[in-house]
Amino acid sequence: MTLFDKIWDAHVVKELPGGMQVFYIDRHLIHEVTSPQAFAGLRKRGIPLLKPEQTIATADHNVPTKNQNLPIKEELSRFQVDQLTKNCEEFGVELYGLGHPNQGIVHVIGPELGITQPGMTMVCGDSHTSTHGAFGSIAFGIGTSQVEQVFASQCILQTKPKKMRITVDGELAKGVLAKDIILYIISKLSVSGATGYFVEYAGSAIRSLSMEGRMTICNMSIEMGARGGLIAPDETTFNYIKGRDFAPKGEAFDKAVEYWKSLATDEDAVFDKEYHFEAADIQPMVTYGTNPGMGVGVAENIPSLEQVESPANFKKSLDYMGLSGKDSLQGQPIDYVFIGSCTNSRIEDLRIAADFIKGKQKAENVTVWVVPGSKQVEARAIEEGLDKVFEAAGFDFREPGCSACLGMNEDKVPAGKYCISTSNRNFEGRQGPGARTILASPLMAAAAAVAGKIVDVREQI
Amino acid sequence: MEKFTKITSSAVPLPIEDIDTDQIIPARFLKATTREGFGDNLFIDWRQQSDGTPKQDFVLNNPVYSGKILVAGKNFGCGSSREHAAWAIYDYGFRVVVSSFFADIFKGNALNNGLLPVQVSEDFLDKIFKAIEKDPDTTFEVDLVNQQFTISATGDQTSFEISAYKKDCLINGFDDIDYLLSLREEVEAYELKRAN
Repeated sequence: MTLFDKIWDAHVVKELPGGMQVFYIDRHLIHEVTSPQAFAGLRKRGIPLLKPEQTIATADHNVPTKNQNLPIKEELSRFQVDQLTKNCEEFGVELYGLGHPNQGIVHVIGPELGITQPGMTMVCGDSHTSTHGAFGSIAFGIGTSQVEQVFASQCILQTKPKKMRITVDGELAKGVLAKDIILYIISKLSVSGATGYFVEYAGSAIRSLSMEGRMTICNMSIEMGARGGLIAPDETTFNYIKGRDFAPKGEAFDKAVEYWKSLATDEDAVFDKEYHFEAADIQPMVTYGTNPGMGVGVAENIPSLEQVESPANFKKSLDYMGLSGKDSLQGQPIDYVFIGSCTNSRIEDLRIAADFIKGKQKAENVTVWVVPGSKQVEARAIEEGLDKVFEAAGFDFREPGCSACLGMNEDKVPAGKYCISTSNRNFEGRQGPGARTILASPLMAAAAAVAGKIVDVREQI
Repeated sequence: MEKFTKITSSAVPLPIEDIDTDQIIPARFLKATTREGFGDNLFIDWRQQSDGTPKQDFVLNNPVYSGKILVAGKNFGCGSSREHAAWAIYDYGFRVVVSSFFADIFKGNALNNGLLPVQVSEDFLDKIFKAIEKDPDTTFEVDLVNQQFTISATGDQTSFEISAYKKDCLINGFDDIDYLLSLREEVEAYELKRAN
């Protein structure tokens, strides 16, 4: 059996004829944007939220990243965040709202509080729920109707996805990070290459990553169409979880570890599809188009119209990016830098950026936003003096939230401007109408902030 | 949920691949706390310039095309899990989306809202686009009961897949919650079994 089978099958309450299954959810994370209509549904039916103790809420998608101590200025946003507070009070859900020391991006706080644990099933009305798979859990995004289903019954109806394993072996070169691994994989498989599958990441390059790096990898599983991705738990996982607020303590922890150690794919297990990559082939990645599959190594050329499968779509994409006719992204001037999002806003990401820019200055015409993933990440960064490093370099160190990853709040990139971003999506208008997004690692983003253009960070470290 | 059995309608062609849910409904419109009204902002950044003037070359602004069926290129609905995308398409007036490939989460969201995703082969999708190009008023028949999609003018027909459970839900206008609530005892038994 695969790791995925072991966890999935243990959560099937009932099989329906024709392949649908009633699937049990251990932990449900919610936020202000995809939950209000689900709460309204409960109210309309006059039913309670079945398991408030298995539900955790935070406000992240639609919150300002400045002056969070003041009432939210924008009326619709304030209403939506207030609505979450009211809903959580009415239905008895624990809320880490603005100002709470546990508040933050839902996929940052779950792991950081020890809520996310191996062997669990987790859902959230957000496609990047796949992040939690880094702990050897089955975690995936759902729609609001399904949020309501979990509220009402702690279950959803699912068909079991197919299984894919992606193995990355070998050692990463200097300057190549987890973000580069996943951007590389997506560039090889395409934006729909894993649709219908659940991915297990394996191999020595994956194993050598920290939990933060593993989360970055699993986070972007959805960008190749997979519902989720997971990595078998090991000592790195257990050490990360130990001592966190919601983690089991003492004897209970030892007992849990014993079970967690059983969560691995058996040697004779069969996957529906397998891919194998060499870490040595991966260089720092950048995207040039309008989906995350359109990425290249920074020292490589952008493909030409003749080389691609769908020239019309490709041309549309490059025209939007203003990159038609360009060979490479090296030297491409940038206007904005965004270091943040559920992909890359953890303490390790901020340390990597701060370490690179120490003693350096951002380029004059570049605006740099550093948005920590949570209040805990923010506090830790301040404790380590990273905020001072960012300020000295001219970076704007802000308060936690999803921010410019999706531009729901005021952190938007203006039309036509280029932003190198550590987030997960370079779709048209994702960071603001007309904004042009180049996805990259926090190290590549920091280097671009200093140079004012895309540079190969390997030449600078 | 509205019942769905059979629809005969003209269609709106959108031959673009990998249409993500950020295009269908951009994040800045996700501040609403009800399900209604998202149709006004469906594909808004493809429909309008930043000053609100319509982009004349976009298909939804072309009065020649109308109908309850949206036909789009492969990998429709990728990206964000926002159910608002399905709500926006439905609210605009579409009841069927046809493509050669759908992203998983979008497909599930559509089915939960009475919007039928019909997956056809690349070749058949091409036939549909050609039929619309030839005559924008040409109609298509979507028969859920028999799982058949037909180009009325030519009689060209293809079958499509849907889970028996979801088909039953759509035909009868049921949603999953009624069913899940009826399983309360089985869920409790499952929880007990796992606790021991």
